[in-house]
Amino acid sequence: MFRNNYDNDASTWSPQGRIFQVEYASEAVKQGSAVVGLKSKEHVVLVAVKRSPNELASYQKKIVRIDDHMGIAMAGLTSDARVLSNYLRSEAMRSKMIYGRALPVGRAVNAIGDKAQTNTQEYGRRPYGVGLLVIGQDDTGPHLYEFSPSGIVSEYYAYSIGARSQSARTNLERNFEKFEDMSLRELVIHGLRALRDTLQQGKQLDTLNTSIGFVGKDTKMTILDGENTQAYLDLLDEGEAMETE
Amino acid sequence: MDPIEFRLPHTIQRPKATPNHGPRTHTTRPIVTGTSVIAFKYKDGIMMAADCLASYGSLARFRNEKRLMSVGETTLLGVSGDMSDFQHMQHTLESLLTQEYDMDDGQKLGTKSVYKCISNIMYNRRTKGDPLWNAYVIGGLDNGQKMLGFVDLYGTTYQSATIATGFGGHLAQPILRRRVEGREDELSEEEAVQILDECMRVLFYRDARSLNKLRRAKVTAQGVEISEPYMLETNWSFAESITGYGS
Repeated sequence: MFRNNYDNDASTWSPQGRIFQVEYASEAVKQGSAVVGLKSKEHVVLVAVKRSPNELASYQKKIVRIDDHMGIAMAGLTSDARVLSNYLRSEAMRSKMIYGRALPVGRAVNAIGDKAQTNTQEYGRRPYGVGLLVIGQDDTGPHLYEFSPSGIVSEYYAYSIGARSQSARTNLERNFEKFEDMSLRELVIHGLRALRDTLQQGKQLDTLNTSIGFVGKDTKMTILDGENTQAYLDLLDEGEAMETE
Repeated sequence: MDPIEFRLPHTIQRPKATPNHGPRTHTTRPIVTGTSVIAFKYKDGIMMAADCLASYGSLARFRNEKRLMSVGETTLLGVSGDMSDFQHMQHTLESLLTQEYDMDDGQKLGTKSVYKCISNIMYNRRTKGDPLWNAYVIGGLDNGQKMLGFVDLYGTTYQSATIATGFGGHLAQPILRRRVEGREDELSEEEAVQILDECMRVLFYRDARSLNKLRRAKVTAQGVEISEPYMLETNWSFAESITGYGS
């Protein structure tokens, strides 16, 4: 296809006004397993499906704590995600050290957005191959942002990225107006419901492949894995049982 | 690019290119100086005072100086020591405030952040052996909480209900401690002004580098207010009874 003429590097535009290298990088994000983020008046939550390459291997960590008030979930090249989370952690620490205050979430996300943008413009560099959902709490309330390899940063009430995430987004679009007044527990369950829509036939959410993260006004950034997710998964099943009755 | 990056002058951040091996410049002594600043917490917030003098050694050189400045809407800064170093700090803080304003994201730089920032600058300068020869008093309201702190040329910091720099530490602090400590939430504005004036009067009598022209400032929930200069009533009649006084 003639797409191949303009896709050699990030410094080349196509005649249609596209930078193919950046679009290819976004494909890497779509290959990663789904993550869902949603927020209420007081809390913001991340839920993710963890994947394991084979039975011998562990399940890949999807949610990372940046600071007491901030966390991220990744989809795509986890090595790129690691580099970005280390950068965010050092920025968060710098803010506390210099100004004695928690790094405002919007600034943090714009910082990595700007970093990603340079990789879409300088010759010889490759775009980051990871998308992030960044959650955090600061003086202006709870926030949920999407970061993408293009450097584009957007804020959301609820969103999802990764494999088959469109199904989750459809679910969130139907329900997001209710999230504002929900409790933390209800928010997590709705997140898990949306996440479940991204699973293939026959697959289930269980304590091995589910990761939950949340932060709020009086709640430090917390990540739940393994047995700790059982309680929420049970509530998810209960909810299902009640609905079918 | 980095929104909270700190661009500090060449004395702190090494220039990236090969430096032009010009002369080294380190602060060795203060030249134009301001004397005491005193401050304390009272019912509605913080009250602070400093005279309007910038001395040139023993010469009372600049007699309409502003040693109290507002930083944003909720913080008050008082300075003693070298005035040129203070002006440098003023420029740095102005830049910082401008950067924060340009962020346009609803975030406000609170008193605690200004305090931490100044402390970091002061300590880093002292570590380079090129101090900003000042003592700062930083006061304000952070989410309704009264905050009052001190930073000096060594980078030493502390917070207290009463702060005084220079001679104020010797002459005013005992008065402040007796009158204010424990009563920060009860002291009315009238009484606070009275305590402030009493301390500044003592300082004018006894500090040979002071001036009877001072400014008073307060931070309350309504914001920062710095008064116009005013004089205190003094009584020098005792001088006549002492042989040789004043000659």
